[in-house]
Amino acid sequence: MLSIDKGSVELGLRDVWFGFKQLLPISLFVIVFGIAFGLAAAQTGLEDASTLLMSALVFAGAAQFAVLDLWGEHVPILPLIVTVFAINARHLLMGATLYPWLRDLPLAKRYGVMLVVSDANWAMSMQAFNRGKPGLGLLLGGGIALWSAWALGSWLGLYFGSAIRDPVSLGLDMVMGCFLLAMVLGGKKDLRMLIIWTVAAGSSLLAYWYLPENSHVVVGALAGGLLGAVWMEKKIEH
Amino acid sequence: MSIDSAGFGTILIILIMAVVTLVTRWGGVFVMSFVPINYRVQQFINAMSGSVLVAVLAPLAVTGDNGARLALLTTAIVMLLLRKPLPAIAAGIVVAAVFRQI
Repeated sequence: MLSIDKGSVELGLRDVWFGFKQLLPISLFVIVFGIAFGLAAAQTGLEDASTLLMSALVFAGAAQFAVLDLWGEHVPILPLIVTVFAINARHLLMGATLYPWLRDLPLAKRYGVMLVVSDANWAMSMQAFNRGKPGLGLLLGGGIALWSAWALGSWLGLYFGSAIRDPVSLGLDMVMGCFLLAMVLGGKKDLRMLIIWTVAAGSSLLAYWYLPENSHVVVGALAGGLLGAVWMEKKIEH
Repeated sequence: MSIDSAGFGTILIILIMAVVTLVTRWGGVFVMSFVPINYRVQQFINAMSGSVLVAVLAPLAVTGDNGARLALLTTAIVMLLLRKPLPAIAAGIVVAAVFRQI
């Protein structure tokens, strides 16, 4: 990622469509998550329109599920903000990692693309960028696919939620985990990276056990990142 | 302080969630626009991008049930052998589903 070539930051309709198609398979699973969320929201007592509005505007599954746990006649504001922020704080890191490829875009495009950033499309676009391939289409087109799937799933869940009563017994809770693992292993692997990942995993676990809830992703990621900044790869001179 | 979740309160709660989430989606890019991207920052970003995923996965693997662990293990093996994400993910999910039926 030393030199970022012009081709990798192009964003035409064709790139967006390509990205949309690339993320379609995983989007099918996101529909199932959405159904589970729609069902859970209805059971929590949210009105149908509110559930749809939440999925469309927030588009962050883990945080939305967590807010259902806080839901009652009264919803406390500070815990609401802290929970949503902590769970979604990984977006901050994703944005930071994408920045080198976004900085040449006009402001509207730069922040427009970030509207639909989510784990899956971010992971795929980073993998593409790191190989010197175009990734913005994956980010935007893939994000649109994921957003549509999430909204559609939430809507279906209001009516057909009972069809998937137990997503865990079908292994569906593992979709995102397996996907992210495949992305990790598809990237560059050497001894340095392996040690960085070990430190990230260890810090994440320690934070998971001993630090406030939902802090583990940020702690682990920063630990890995800092180690990478201190222990740099030998610079390859061009 | 809390919000009454009836009527307009629900909309307010959703708007708060949306704004907080948007801050996280935009914040990282915004902050980085003030940071000069030198080699060290590139190395930081590079190391952090894999670490985000590892940090998500570690508690899942350690605190999950055996179905979850087997799923991750299967995905890892298939991914390392075939280098294709879709079969690796599918194999992981199938293993979790089958294991949990037993």
